[in-house]
Amino acid sequence: MVTAVDLSHSRADEEFRAAARAWLAEHVPRTPLPSLETAEGFAAHRAWEAELAADRWSVVSWPERFGGRDASLAGWLVFEEEYWAAGAPGRVGQNGVSLLAPTLFAYGTEEQRARVLPPMATGEVVWAQAWSEPEAGSDLAALASRAVRTDGGWLLRGQKTWSSRAAFADRAFGLFRSDPGAPEPHQGLTYLMFGLRDPGVTVRPIGRLDGKPAFAELFLDDVFVPDEDVIGEPGQGWRIAMSATGDERGLTLRSPGRFLAAAGRLRELWRAQGSPGHASARVADALIAARAYQLFAYSAAARVLDGARLGPESSMNKLFWSELDLALHETALDLLGAEGELADGAWSEGYVFSLAGPIYAGTNEIQRDIVAERLLGLPKGRR
Amino acid sequence: MRFLLDADQRAFAGSLHAMLTAADTPAVIRDWSRGDHARGRALWSRIAEAGVFGLAVPEEHGGLGPRPVELTVAFVELGRHAVPGPLAETVGAAVLLGEPPLAKRFLPGLADGTDLATVAAPGGYAVDGDAATLRLSPAPGGLYLGTAAPGPVRRSLDPARRLTALAPAGELLAPAVPYDRALTWIRLATAAQALGVGLALLDRTVAHVRRRTQFGVPIGSFQAVKHRLADAMTALEFARPLLFGAAVSLRPAEVAAAKLSACEAAYRTARTALHLHGAIGYTAEYDLSLWLTKARALRAAWGTPQECRSLVLADGFREAVGGRAGEAGGVRGS
Repeated sequence: MVTAVDLSHSRADEEFRAAARAWLAEHVPRTPLPSLETAEGFAAHRAWEAELAADRWSVVSWPERFGGRDASLAGWLVFEEEYWAAGAPGRVGQNGVSLLAPTLFAYGTEEQRARVLPPMATGEVVWAQAWSEPEAGSDLAALASRAVRTDGGWLLRGQKTWSSRAAFADRAFGLFRSDPGAPEPHQGLTYLMFGLRDPGVTVRPIGRLDGKPAFAELFLDDVFVPDEDVIGEPGQGWRIAMSATGDERGLTLRSPGRFLAAAGRLRELWRAQGSPGHASARVADALIAARAYQLFAYSAAARVLDGARLGPESSMNKLFWSELDLALHETALDLLGAEGELADGAWSEGYVFSLAGPIYAGTNEIQRDIVAERLLGLPKGRR
Repeated sequence: MRFLLDADQRAFAGSLHAMLTAADTPAVIRDWSRGDHARGRALWSRIAEAGVFGLAVPEEHGGLGPRPVELTVAFVELGRHAVPGPLAETVGAAVLLGEPPLAKRFLPGLADGTDLATVAAPGGYAVDGDAATLRLSPAPGGLYLGTAAPGPVRRSLDPARRLTALAPAGELLAPAVPYDRALTWIRLATAAQALGVGLALLDRTVAHVRRRTQFGVPIGSFQAVKHRLADAMTALEFARPLLFGAAVSLRPAEVAAAKLSACEAAYRTARTALHLHGAIGYTAEYDLSLWLTKARALRAAWGTPQECRSLVLADGFREAVGGRAGEAGGVRGS
């Protein structure tokens, strides 16, 4: 009998996979690019985005008119599997593509989409996020940076921090307090875009754990933002930002293909070391978790296709991938023994990156609160 | 690609859940644990009438199968209600006895619930040998049907699993045994049962921490409590797609991964459930114990964590990305 649970790909998706595989085999750099958290590496990754975009491989799920291929969610998953299996470079445009673009598709104007998306797709404009502030981290709604009304736009005043990619990026997006008199902290916030080299912006890069300037502080001193760079209605910023984090980020911030490739590579490393028994359980668990993450995504994609909204489910996703990424890289370093200590080892950059996973995009404690309160129905309490 | 249960499959789960809720399984389990099988046999018949065992039996022998996805749906519900008896073993028996001429002789009785079959685990015990009407021993020399009275019952940590030693002796049914295929089905059914056990433990514990008040508030409002339950739910919900993926492919490595993940998630949930219930959870009298002890027992049944991981490591899941995981360099940066 035919069963409704179907894991086979459509012919179209298989053709799409073959086309992506063929293109990647020809174009993926033979030697790894320098770290994208350096000036040289950032430029090299930007050039790679242009190369992808030239053949419309940089944003496959976007509409064709913005440089995409109209790929379905299943198609996007297939592309990502091929992309990471081919050992292709990290994506310097990730912040813009996974956070700003979905927001523009949902809340932006057609003028904004036409203006912002095509240069995002080519890497010509790389975006940084500007959410956190010194006194607003997990409690993001406590943010204090102001957007003050002026002729034809807004003036930004205040300080943002932990702004990923801002050391080398071109523009940033984030939330600002436009109505300080609003009764609740998450009201009176406005979602804006601004240039990191605009007058009044000071960018101070911050060295992450390995010293590379992976993020920055932003000091904003009456930075002018024209009205056309406000996304959605002024005062509605919280709702707009949260809808993008729930729905899209859960599924598309970290693709399953990335972890499947890494888990496969971990197994190869383990075998190359003589399949040591002390690590076998951890290597197997990484393979299993990567597969579970892939199948969870396929199941979520099917629900989205049925019209479901993912919402708080994406918090389980974030918990799962961040812990998987860390466990996978820790296992690799342990397998490498003395070599694992080297800062320029094949797994070192990924390890340093994975350490941040449980912290950014909403700490794992915040995610667990969301799972407990919104999926399990437990009462709210003090954090 | 549509990796989602359809409306019929969800309705099947719902009707089993309703039937098992009405059946008062805790009372049935406690009888069964004492060796009183009367109510357990009656429940077994109703499960068979619902078509559950028939899902492992082809239509020409009185079944509806093979339908591993629906079987998995059903076994999640059986686990959720901690139904006693050699459930997974009866599914395995349908595979072991699935070739002619055995099929004609045995499969109709398995499908309609007349027979309960146990299967001797390698180097282990046969579960519920005292209740089973068919006691099967797969051995290098062939498949044996036990004809002697079952050996004495050894107590399991899960009182509802009554363990008996079973030697390969009696009637030689067939010289060759499709053991690997049978093991895949038993393992899948066990994994599904374990997921159901974990889901029930989570539900019961969520209900408890919402109700139980200390320091003037429900203990479920404390972060230390919430976070353990959030982790339990996450582990269970990521075991679920592995389980249904395994039901679709029936590949041994996928089934092993599902078995490991479902059992680990259920066991982790059991530890959380015990801890969050406090002392009442540590009593045999409280019904939570029926699920707690099963989570431990299923972990080793039909595939220890180590056996399951070995299968995964040997396979590597290369087909998961079109046959090329691990071929090239991996993650660099974000």
